[in-house]
Amino acid sequence: MHISPVLWQFLVKWLNASALFPREASTIAPYADALYFFLLFVTIVGLILVGSLIFGFAIRYRKEKHPVATQVEGSTLLEATWTIIPLALFLICFVWGALLYFRIYNPPTNSMNIYVVGKQWMWKAEHEGGQHEINALHVPVGRPVQLTMISQDVFHSFSVPDFRIKREVIPGRYSTVWFQATTPGSYHIFCTQYCGTNHSQMIGQVTAMTPEDYQKWLQSSTSGMSLAQNGERLFASMGCNACHTGVAGNRAPNLAGLYGSKVELSDGSQVLVNDAYLRDSILNPSQQIAAGYAPIMPTFQGQISEDGLIDLVEYIKQLDTNYRIQQMHVTSQTDETTPAAVKP
Amino acid sequence: MSATSSTIVNLPDQRTARLPKRNYLNNENGLLSWLLTGDHKRIAIMYLISITFFFFIGGAFAGLIRLELLTPQPDLVASDTYNKFFSMHGIIMVFLFLVPSVPATLGNFLMPLMIGAKDLAFPKVNLLSWYLYWIGGLFTLAALVLGGVDTGWTFTTPLSTHYLNTHVVTAALGIFIIGFSSIFTGLNFIVTIHRMRAPGMTWFRLPLFVWSNYAASLLMVLGTPVLAITLVLVALERTVGIGVFDPTKGGDPLLFQHLFWFYSHPAVYIMILPGMGVISEVISTFSRKRVFGYTAVAFSSVAIALFGFFVWAHHMFIMGVSNYSALVFSLLTMLVAVPSAIKIFNWAFTLQKGSITFETPMLYAFGFMGLFTIGGMTGVFLGALGMDIHLTETYFIVAHFHFVMVGGMLMAFLSGVHFWWPKMTGRMYPESLSKLAAVTTFIGFNLTFLPQFILGYLGMPRRYHAYPPEFQVLNVLSTAGATVLGIGYMLPMLYLGWSLKYGAIAGNNPWQATGLEWQIQSPPLTENFIEVPVVDHEAYDYEWLAHKTEQEVTTVG
Repeated sequence: MHISPVLWQFLVKWLNASALFPREASTIAPYADALYFFLLFVTIVGLILVGSLIFGFAIRYRKEKHPVATQVEGSTLLEATWTIIPLALFLICFVWGALLYFRIYNPPTNSMNIYVVGKQWMWKAEHEGGQHEINALHVPVGRPVQLTMISQDVFHSFSVPDFRIKREVIPGRYSTVWFQATTPGSYHIFCTQYCGTNHSQMIGQVTAMTPEDYQKWLQSSTSGMSLAQNGERLFASMGCNACHTGVAGNRAPNLAGLYGSKVELSDGSQVLVNDAYLRDSILNPSQQIAAGYAPIMPTFQGQISEDGLIDLVEYIKQLDTNYRIQQMHVTSQTDETTPAAVKP
Repeated sequence: MSATSSTIVNLPDQRTARLPKRNYLNNENGLLSWLLTGDHKRIAIMYLISITFFFFIGGAFAGLIRLELLTPQPDLVASDTYNKFFSMHGIIMVFLFLVPSVPATLGNFLMPLMIGAKDLAFPKVNLLSWYLYWIGGLFTLAALVLGGVDTGWTFTTPLSTHYLNTHVVTAALGIFIIGFSSIFTGLNFIVTIHRMRAPGMTWFRLPLFVWSNYAASLLMVLGTPVLAITLVLVALERTVGIGVFDPTKGGDPLLFQHLFWFYSHPAVYIMILPGMGVISEVISTFSRKRVFGYTAVAFSSVAIALFGFFVWAHHMFIMGVSNYSALVFSLLTMLVAVPSAIKIFNWAFTLQKGSITFETPMLYAFGFMGLFTIGGMTGVFLGALGMDIHLTETYFIVAHFHFVMVGGMLMAFLSGVHFWWPKMTGRMYPESLSKLAAVTTFIGFNLTFLPQFILGYLGMPRRYHAYPPEFQVLNVLSTAGATVLGIGYMLPMLYLGWSLKYGAIAGNNPWQATGLEWQIQSPPLTENFIEVPVVDHEAYDYEWLAHKTEQEVTTVG
């Protein structure tokens, strides 16, 4: 048979460009692959066992060779064997899988944080320094990166196969995932939860860079305002500073140094102040009232975008003194006399 | 086809053989005699025709999906159309084919015959369930004809409630109604098995097919109402915005996932358990041997049904369920794999010391055992928490459940249809052509779905209309396999139709099987048994059968 050289070249190129196994580009990937190969090994051994039982018996006891069947009741010993051995194997898989799960989902304490907002049909990444990216994510290698993610509309799922990580991105709730890239390069981001018309276009690239390149990238793509600075502007324009002044005895709790502490609620329970608590307290303030305060804060549901919420959360996170809030207060009081200047 | 040493087929002399003069097929004539029948056998035939119709519609969508995925670019249809393809494929295959496949056709036909009863406990409810199936089916077809639905078969909120403007409510209503058809079938089976067994037919003399359908019926009756409630909530949320699932109204979007999977995981066992029952019957008959460890196989069905209710959250490991519930659900998932392993080994050891022949039903059963082993083991991959993170929502999971549902259930269904075809129609299917179909299906299936495991580990997400070019080679293989698989499914359709007129006359018991259904004429009388059978032997008692045959010969001679 004669194959035209053009076709032949095309076939060779096509086959060479095809993938069979994903790259191992994060610190977690080798751990995930180890369990994968173990499971693959167990499956193949099990398949060979079942296959040889079927084929062995089918050949040995076929009607020509064995015209009359010998009736057997069963065997408790054999039943016990094939109950206990698979059970033990599955329990090993369970423990191994659980260890891997906690390794993938528990971030190291020194990880840097990047916010990701999913929306139909794009990924928006927001770095602390105010760099925004669409369907792209730049990260340094050798440093743990935590993603705090939220969806603006439907369920999405953030997946980077070469890092072996994935996490559902849920409307109305922060979810996190972390990774540490090991090799500079470019890797697929997929949305893996079906999210409507252009689900398969909700893709992007993670670019893992050496720390030096990453610094250069950060400097070259800043928007001039960090997330916290944006947050401060919002804090003033939404009027948060009217109550959250930090002055003891005021109508609203002090926010400086709040992040990471434990707050006592009016029902007597304690709650850790994290991103989720801050977000919920802005949108549904009456759900969790800090002890000693009246439930007077209005809801901001529908008045502020997820990006805005991230700015505010980041602002409150970094707030360690009330000095600037009180300054703001003075400014906005003076502003009230000149209504034309209210819009920031 | 004469009986040779390599086959157990035992047909009457074809020159003199006649179909029984009076049987359930010719007892009454005319369309109305079918549409108003209370006969479980006729309802089973009507179900068989109906689910075959929907199977080929669902299959056509599968073909279109594979055709689109031949190239990485989204070039065959628009994205919205593609989304409708996989949604319709899933909805039709799950709710209109797989759930009713074995119970409503073979189960309906055989359950009373196997336990020695005249009919099911509630014949009119049985007929009603078929009508409900069609009303639900028509709603689904209406959703399809009016422009389709693109929620995926999972109806994930808030996508289905707030963001799509296709015929979501119509399709949900269809599934809601079909749900009642499945509840009625389950209820009918449970009551029939409890109350209508022939004298001497104790629980542990029941064929394993009855046990597994009993377990599946429990799941249908207890699980389906939850799906119904969930779909009503989706419809209400969509039409009047009650806010159960909507986070901006204080609802919880994860609640939908919990409710949906509380039904839809047990539904997987609704689909596979009756198939396992078929395999028990077939393996025993064609190795002429009692099923190894009868009680272990019977109880493993019940264990699967029981554990099946407590594993639903393994669909949500990456959705931020608490660590403790992730651990508990992963552990329970591992436990539910054990009864399946028990079954596989018991079937394998049923072959030992048997006297095995390789007719078509047996080939399908062998296919089932191999493919179900792969399907089950890959389920362990997904049940292991850390592995699930990488594999879920990719083609790995697509391949996994197709191995269980198609490689498992559809193989079992085809095995059962061939096995009981002589009983249902009184005629044999053509043996060599059907063996070819069984082998074609097996090869086509593996070629279609094995590459998808590799694609899944590479990270190709499910429900993608377009994909990166480096995934093309594996997708081309998969599409090629789907073509072979399609031929494998067309063949039985053609030759089974042909056999209705031209197949060899089968006689009462062509396989020399032990079940009560094989001791009566084929096709059976409308009232099944002339006199109430008295059961004095265990299931799969081949010595009893041999003795009985001997006696008949002496009496006649």
